[in-house]
Amino acid sequence: MIPAAVGYVRADSTEEAVAALREHGDEAKLLAGGQSLIPLMRLRLARPGLLVDMGRADDLRGISVDGDTVSIGALTSHSDLEHSAELAEVCPLLAHVASQIGDPAVRHRGTLGGSLVHADPASDLPAAVLALGGTLVATGPDGSREIEVSDFFTGFLESALAADEVLIAVRIPISTGGWSYQKFNRRAQDWAIVGVAVAESGAGVSLVNMGSTPLRASAVEAAVAGGAGVSDAASVAADGTEPPSDNNADASYREHLARVLTERALVDAGA
Amino acid sequence: MPGTPLLEVGRLVHMTPWGFVMEVSVTVNGEVRTVDVEPRTLLAHFLRDELGLTGTNIGCDTSSCGACTVLVDGRSAKSCTMLAVQVDGADVTTIEGLAGKDGLHPMQEAFHECHALQCGYCTPGMVMAAVSLVDEYSDLDADGVREGLEGNLCRCTGYQNIVKAVLAASE
Ligand SMILES: Cc1cc2nc3c(=O)[nH]c(=O)nc-3n(C[C@H](O)[C@H](O)[C@H](O)COP(=O)(O)OP(=O)(O)OC[C@H]3O[C@@H](n4cnc5c(N)ncnc54)[C@H](O)[C@@H]3O)c2cc1C
Ligand code: FES
Ligand code: FES
Repeated sequence: MIPAAVGYVRADSTEEAVAALREHGDEAKLLAGGQSLIPLMRLRLARPGLLVDMGRADDLRGISVDGDTVSIGALTSHSDLEHSAELAEVCPLLAHVASQIGDPAVRHRGTLGGSLVHADPASDLPAAVLALGGTLVATGPDGSREIEVSDFFTGFLESALAADEVLIAVRIPISTGGWSYQKFNRRAQDWAIVGVAVAESGAGVSLVNMGSTPLRASAVEAAVAGGAGVSDAASVAADGTEPPSDNNADASYREHLARVLTERALVDAGA
Repeated sequence: MPGTPLLEVGRLVHMTPWGFVMEVSVTVNGEVRTVDVEPRTLLAHFLRDELGLTGTNIGCDTSSCGACTVLVDGRSAKSCTMLAVQVDGADVTTIEGLAGKDGLHPMQEAFHECHALQCGYCTPGMVMAAVSLVDEYSDLDADGVREGLEGNLCRCTGYQNIVKAVLAASE
């Protein structure tokens, strides 16, 4: 379908994006890679009044390592994450997870920031950042602030970001310990029916598509920290979750998948 | 509807009965094209309806079939999941721009040789995605080609010959 009529301005830097959001208020919506927003506009599930296209704000693109932290600009594409030799060294989980998203065409345009702000519990990168324990940096009319990723996802497709804020970067502690990403789907290219990310040999574990937000599997993390064996730790993966039922899987099958995939991920990560 | 302040930004050129129209200048298959479009115009519609480049097909409403794949600055992109305004200043290659003076592009040649198409509907997108794939990933094997083309659906060939063609062209 053709999207509803919309206005358009280009913001080629963070400053311009913040200024455009301030000027145009509620009707404005940021456009990054467009790989979530444009499909929604085509289905007319989203009808923004004005697009603020930050796709060419190059100050928001790039990966840099400083001490024990890797900083990634919000506009860095999935494909840039996938191919970054530096990221593969300091945070291989994130590089690998990016390579598992959609297909190459989607990865060329979709961005880390867009994926996080879209806050789809079925998406891959939000769960990966959750397992890694990152910090998100946002800028708005009142300056910049940091948001812990554990506080960022507030509901289905909802984040702690205010409508006039721009996510500019994600900071992640360097993570070279045992890691794994288990993404279960039936069709190539699809979102995960359930996914499990493990960082630092089980110190960070998160679940994809097991609730209305990406979830940290705290019970599994606690079990691993307490010295439990892999299968005992994995057996609590679905505890406290309320997974959705849809035509791919009902809730109890998702709970089963969470346990099985967590066990595979922990083994794969050498927990 | 967008309000008047937009005009201050200076990029929206005029208002029509159906809304704002803006000028987009883009290099398509080596030629600079400057056209007024509504911001909501999808790149696929821009290429087909404004520029008459109907080789780029549209096969779905959900960004999943890949029939619309083109190259934007050398990398595959689904032209149904981009707005024409997003390619202002960019370089776009469609299937019409792939063959050179000396004939078919090696990927087109390989599709021809390996009989990698039947009805041909998916073919323009498949070829463009394959050109980008071979450029992006070295040492592709059959599994890599299948994975790399997961965003392009073909309802006819069973993919076997498509994989063969892409491997042949990647050598
Ligand atoms: C065919 C297809 C398959 C896909 N498969 C997968 C998959 O397997 N796994 C997966 O995880 N994802 C998948 N995706 C989604 C993809 O990863 C999207 O790219 C990503 O979710 C959104 O990033 P974007 O840059 O395209 O954001 P956009 O679509 O441009 O924006 C998404 C939302 O975030 C907001 N936004 C974007 N950037 C910022 C910012 N810096 N600050 C504040 N707000 C911002 C926008 O206003 C919008 O609300 C798929 C998409 C398609 C089309
Ligand atoms: S028409 Fe673009 S993906 Fe189907
Ligand atoms: S040849 Fe018919 S859809 Fe691919």
